[in-house]
Amino acid sequence: MTEIRQKLATSTPLTPQKRAILVGASSGIGAALARRLADEGYQIALLARRAEMLETLTNEINLKHGETRAIYYIHDVTDYEAVPKLLKKIIVELGGIDTFIYNAGVGINIGLKSYNFEKDYKMIEINLLGALAWLNPIGEIFQTLKNGQIVGVSSVAGERGRVGSPAYNTSKAALTTYLEAYRNRLTRYGVNVLTVKPGFVQTDLIKNAKKLFWVISPEKAAKDIYEAMQKRKQEIYTPARWRLVMFIVRNTPSFVFRKLSF
Amino acid sequence: MKKLELTQLGNFSNSLNATVYHAEPRFTEEITEIFENARKYDLKIALRGAGRSYNDAALKGGGIVLDLSLLNCVQAWDAETGILRAQPGLTLESLWQFILPEGWWPPVVSGTMKTTLGGCLGMNIHGKNNFKMGTIGENILEFDALLPNGKEVTCSPTKNKDLFYSMISGMGILGVFTSITMQMKRVYSGLVNVKEWNVPNLETQLSALLRCAPENDYIVGWLDGTARGTSLGRGQIHTANYLKKDEDPDPDETMRVAFQTLPDKFFGVVSKSKLHYLMSLGLNNLGVWGVNTAKYIVGRDKDYLQPHAAFHFLLDYVPDWEKSYGKYGLIQYQSFLPRETALDAWTEMLKISQQRKLPTYLGVTKRHRPDDFLISHAVDGFSLALDFKITKNNRAKLSEMVEVFDKIVLNAGGRFYFAKNSETSAETARAFLGSEVINKFRKLKKRCDPENLLSSDLYERVFGEGLG
Repeated sequence: MTEIRQKLATSTPLTPQKRAILVGASSGIGAALARRLADEGYQIALLARRAEMLETLTNEINLKHGETRAIYYIHDVTDYEAVPKLLKKIIVELGGIDTFIYNAGVGINIGLKSYNFEKDYKMIEINLLGALAWLNPIGEIFQTLKNGQIVGVSSVAGERGRVGSPAYNTSKAALTTYLEAYRNRLTRYGVNVLTVKPGFVQTDLIKNAKKLFWVISPEKAAKDIYEAMQKRKQEIYTPARWRLVMFIVRNTPSFVFRKLSF
Repeated sequence: MKKLELTQLGNFSNSLNATVYHAEPRFTEEITEIFENARKYDLKIALRGAGRSYNDAALKGGGIVLDLSLLNCVQAWDAETGILRAQPGLTLESLWQFILPEGWWPPVVSGTMKTTLGGCLGMNIHGKNNFKMGTIGENILEFDALLPNGKEVTCSPTKNKDLFYSMISGMGILGVFTSITMQMKRVYSGLVNVKEWNVPNLETQLSALLRCAPENDYIVGWLDGTARGTSLGRGQIHTANYLKKDEDPDPDETMRVAFQTLPDKFFGVVSKSKLHYLMSLGLNNLGVWGVNTAKYIVGRDKDYLQPHAAFHFLLDYVPDWEKSYGKYGLIQYQSFLPRETALDAWTEMLKISQQRKLPTYLGVTKRHRPDDFLISHAVDGFSLALDFKITKNNRAKLSEMVEVFDKIVLNAGGRFYFAKNSETSAETARAFLGSEVINKFRKLKKRCDPENLLSSDLYERVFGEGLG
């Protein structure tokens, strides 16, 4: 077995390090993106609630590369108060920060006739409030540094309110709007804000869902996100064809939408 | 003191940035407060003067950079004896401008006057007179320092000798200089007598350095890294000598700061603050070949008088010259080799750089002598500093090449300088410093800084975990 270095390598002029924090890293798009970023030479701090999965992923990445490229922190995004201190700690350990990615998200299935505040609240907490707790200190830091990239994984689901998932739609719509506001705030300081709108991705989120189409692998989503990050894009759909679909969906009149059952 | 905020700081060669908490104390007492903050928030502290090292010596990503440049007072000055006591943030620029009108000059200066005394001691800098005056450390009479363990110490070659010989050269890792006492050199003119002549290859260049050093106060060589074949390593030698008493008919005039100050315009036309834009147009393989070849061809034997500042501070002649290297900056690779092995090793290195189409854009040679400081780059021999431009796509190639260079230098019994090289690995550092030196430094570190508060990206790189 290759010996693993405990500390991350420092930057030198010929080996400058790119450093990213990835919240929501243990599975799905997050895990795929973590692997991809490490493959591309990033040093990454991986955050998630599920310790075992996170540890396994971190070890897998570091073993593959024969050096420490990933470090991890167990974190529940609804523990808002913990964020500022944890962020400082991560920046110390990473030795800086260039990119922040918020990928934490849940989609809880609720029936068409079900009304459940607790489930709605949980989705808003994880998908939206957790993002706000991180994006505030991150925005402040990037504005001061006049540098950086924020990536928020939202969803095509945020573009209309639909019968099956009012709170999920709301959380993603709010996140998209929040990211847009950050883009308008921070672009002038040299900070790029990328909103990612995945369609159906083969993750835990859709494991019980039926009648899905154009389902892509998390690796494909990670590839699209990575490429958009490099091009410093502002918004992407993954796969790209969702852009056209969502154009139609956005422009579908309400009287039609009210009759639809998806 | 103002609240610590994350900010970006870079290095001299524009090749590296780090996200750090920047602390700039105005009073020595605030240093203790910064150490307290570091303990409280579990942060490391890197010391910084003018930030003129070419690498990561004054950076600590994610940590505090304790910038001492505002602690820049002259605390005592005796124009009779030439002994000066100053805070560590005093720059060589302020220093020479303060003492020259009274007939004194710093005994050792770097190629830029923007460096601070603290930084100069931390790296134990040398000048073009290393073979005669040694490093700056050899001209320090005494210093006071604050150690991270809370102790304040006074060190000299006889008092706390071990700390004197290790804090000078210790990269700012053992403690913070708070006051430095230094002997200046008496001069009788603001001018030096400069001679320059061409040397047709590396062998002639090195033998000129060896032969001429003893009879001159200063000697330095320019090396054309683009010349090939029998002209490999050709260049120009410059020597300089102080004028003797009464040789200058009007020393009061030549020692005036205004007389020394470098001109604002180049050829009286181009504002020098804009010159780096022009220079950047020529900083490619073809452009540098053209300029170097022309410089060599028009080079003639010359003998003239030049102000001290113009001779010593070539790097300040074009303000922001480092910016002409473009967005990605440059690296400087400086190696120190014994006189017996220098010719073969550098011949091989120059050939490799040309074969790989990565020629050096500037080469500088100097003559050196060994010193007694713990982390020493010195040898009885020569140094060769090579500047390489970093481009968007050449990092991996440059990195491979400097790795090969490191092996050649180590095999030739050479050493490296921690203010310059940015890629030296822990393994290479161990190979040239030796385990004994490293263990001694580690012991001192434990004694002065048991909590390991002082660090830097450089220290982590060369004294990191790989270094047993």
